Amino acid sequence: MMLETSYYLVLAALIFTVGATGVLLRRNALIIFMCIEMMLNSVNLTLIALARQWGDLEGQIFVFMIMAVAAAEVAVGLAILIANVRHRKSINIDEINLLKW
Amino acid sequence: MLDLAWLILVFPALGALINLFIGDRLKERGIQVVASGAVLLSFVVSLRLFFGLSGLDEHHRTVTVHLWDWITIGSFRAPAALLIDPLSVTMALIVTGVGALIHIYAGGYMHGERNYQRFFVYLNFFILAMLVLILSNNFVGMFVGWEGVGLASYLLIGFYFDRHDESYGHYADAGKKAFLVNRIGDFGMMLAVFLIWTGVGSVVFEEVSQGSGALATGTATAICLLLLLAATGKSAQLPLFVWLPDAMAGPTPVSALIHAATMVTAGIYMVARTHFLWELAPMAGSLAAWVGGLTALLAATIALTQVDLKKILAYSTISQLGYMMLGVGVGAYAFAIFHLVTHAFFKALLFLAAGNVMHGLPDGELDIRKMGNLRAKMPTTYLLFVIGALALAGFPPLSGFFSKDGILLHVANHNILLYLVGLFTALLTAFYSFRAVFMAFCGEARDQHVHEHAHESPAVMTRPLWVLAILAVVGGALNLPLVLTMEHYLEAAVGKPAFHPSVPMELVLLAVSAVVALAGVGLAYGRYLKSTDSVAGKLAAGITGLVRPMEPIARNRWYVDEIYAAWIVGPLLGLSNWFTQVVDQGVVDGAVNLVGQANLYLGGALRKVHNGLVPTYALSLFCGVVALLLWFVIGG
Amino acid sequence: MSWSLLFFLLVGAVSLAAALGVVTSRQPVHSALFLLTNFATLAVLYITLDAQFLAAAQVIVYAGGIVILILFVIMLIGGDTNDFSAAQRAWSRTVGIALGTILLLTVSYSVLARMAGPSEETAALLQGGTPEAVGIALFTKYVLPFELIALLLLVALIGALVLGRQQEGAGEGIPSVKANE
Repeated sequence: MMLETSYYLVLAALIFTVGATGVLLRRNALIIFMCIEMMLNSVNLTLIALARQWGDLEGQIFVFMIMAVAAAEVAVGLAILIANVRHRKSINIDEINLLKW
Repeated sequence: MLDLAWLILVFPALGALINLFIGDRLKERGIQVVASGAVLLSFVVSLRLFFGLSGLDEHHRTVTVHLWDWITIGSFRAPAALLIDPLSVTMALIVTGVGALIHIYAGGYMHGERNYQRFFVYLNFFILAMLVLILSNNFVGMFVGWEGVGLASYLLIGFYFDRHDESYGHYADAGKKAFLVNRIGDFGMMLAVFLIWTGVGSVVFEEVSQGSGALATGTATAICLLLLLAATGKSAQLPLFVWLPDAMAGPTPVSALIHAATMVTAGIYMVARTHFLWELAPMAGSLAAWVGGLTALLAATIALTQVDLKKILAYSTISQLGYMMLGVGVGAYAFAIFHLVTHAFFKALLFLAAGNVMHGLPDGELDIRKMGNLRAKMPTTYLLFVIGALALAGFPPLSGFFSKDGILLHVANHNILLYLVGLFTALLTAFYSFRAVFMAFCGEARDQHVHEHAHESPAVMTRPLWVLAILAVVGGALNLPLVLTMEHYLEAAVGKPAFHPSVPMELVLLAVSAVVALAGVGLAYGRYLKSTDSVAGKLAAGITGLVRPMEPIARNRWYVDEIYAAWIVGPLLGLSNWFTQVVDQGVVDGAVNLVGQANLYLGGALRKVHNGLVPTYALSLFCGVVALLLWFVIGG
Repeated sequence: MSWSLLFFLLVGAVSLAAALGVVTSRQPVHSALFLLTNFATLAVLYITLDAQFLAAAQVIVYAGGIVILILFVIMLIGGDTNDFSAAQRAWSRTVGIALGTILLLTVSYSVLARMAGPSEETAALLQGGTPEAVGIALFTKYVLPFELIALLLLVALIGALVLGRQQEGAGEGIPSVKANE
């Protein structure tokens, strides 16, 4: 018997919300980074659930692409983080205000 | 042969370009050879055109040389084409012939001046523009030349733009004044061309001539009035003559070439060229005649009181142009052109002789009160000046006599009052020209310093004058009364005059004119050379004493400049200032500043949001996401 | 209650708990480990959703690649930010929690109000997310995006290399950070 898709979607929504709240609450750039990864994963879960719902493989292809993009993003993001630590000696996101320029 | 007419334009253009780009390597000699040579070559081409045209059948002496299609927009067509007919060839001969002589003279006159090269570039450019004006076969082409000579005039009047003295103020301002006053006339010209285009549907002279029958009298009158405005600007007639006396700020060859012999005649030429329109609008013609007559009289009275030799000649030019305007106004186109030709000879001669005087006196002195007995120091110039003055005075049988009387003859038939005005002006003309002669060249030397340093000019500055002098003497033979060669020649271009005077009337009027001219000269002689004790002196003093009360008015140029300053320039400047200060700086700039300030303020407010901190951005992003979601869920 | 539901609830609870752990841990290392747990439970859920290939990819890419990378970085820079005590940003915590709640409510509402289970026909259409099926799709219909992704990864590789490179002259290496101590 197949489980209803809505269960998966609600779970994904929960994880997404937790991740989003984490982004807003935490100051440590690394943890915020992890929260974002978690949010991405919850969306992946949604996509896979919906792929089953509509009987279409496209959702899974999407997830594959997201994973690849996430991998690229992690590589670049962590590199930026390290470069910033070298300059500022800090990973507190409140002290990183380079986006102004 | 006529197909080579375009060469006439090419030479001055080449001359100007050569002097412009490599003139600094040519030295004075080379520059002069190039500039004068270019105009001489143009003169040769003009001569070939003249003979080529003469070889044609009398009724087919109108040839259009099509060069290329210049502007073609829908049915609007303004070709670059030359109209070769007796009128334009006559004008071309004058412009290039007198122009060449003046170029040669200028080579000596400008010797050692700074900007020698620039001067000749301008002069050649002027010749080119003038030739475009007179040779174009349509109004648009003529207008290009019209503006071109205006520009050349501006550049040359302001040639000494860094100079400043009492009689002209800032020299650059004189150029500006000429340009601005001319703009008024140019505006009339433009409007006239627009009206012609809407009325006839063509701007080509021949087509307009053929289609002019379609014009209503009202339209034709409007066109002619606008053309008259244009002519008053370029030919220095009432009410726009004020620029010409100031134009004497330019170097003397320029005064001779532009402000006596050629450019100022453009208005007369233009009226003669559009004679077919004027024939449709007799009212405008009468107005032109009155404008001309009054200008002639007014300028002559002013000339009586001037003490600057060049200004006397300038007012004399205005006066003589008034005669021409009078001539075209009454339909005596051929005589007006005839007078234009003779005037070009003797006025160029007079100006260049005045240039010799200026050249030969210390500090370029031009005040005739400081001269006197220059005859002893510069005999050649004296002789030349007297010939010019005699021709100007209409002394028989010099050229001015015949041409002026041709005009007066037709005026007499048209309007006896105007004839009397013209005749009186002739008297004044004779008087003021010999006033200048007697005060400058005869009598006692009034200023020893000036007299001692006076010297004759070099040959390069007298030889061209002899050519002009000979032409001024024999020029009348071009159109001897009762023989009528030039009038006949021009018929193909300007039509037959409506009126043919009877022989007795013609002879009577000639005699009257001769007497008047003699009287004028005699009066000047009595007034300026005889002591007041002698009979002649008493008589002259008595007659001139009659008009003495008028003297301050005339000396102040009838307050025309002051009236313009008070009634036109002042209010206009006030309005402009109001526009700059209130409208431009207040409203326009204010609006712009307001936008700028508002943006600055808004930016300042929004900058606080943009603090560069990621959490702030994330927070606003989430707010947006949540808002969108709420909208979808609740609204959708 | 069926076994599959029970299984889902169990795995989902672990997953959610791990997610909360990521957000609430003081130590970044703990967060990373909770993240690993979260990823692993999601991989399990993928299998229940017939996405076997992606489940494997999830383990390899996320658990095996990304989390390890994050752990390396934590090892490099350490860093513990005492960020729950940031008093000046107290309002943002309130706002964050409020926003999160609204987000959760709206999403859940929309999901529960409109979604039904997969119908028999559509379920029959799905061939299953086996490596074979996904591979065929990737190398036929989606070959161009696939190649582009490859290019993207290459660019990211070089970008990370450039960004992370030691600056000339700055020889002291990566400092360990203890922010807000």
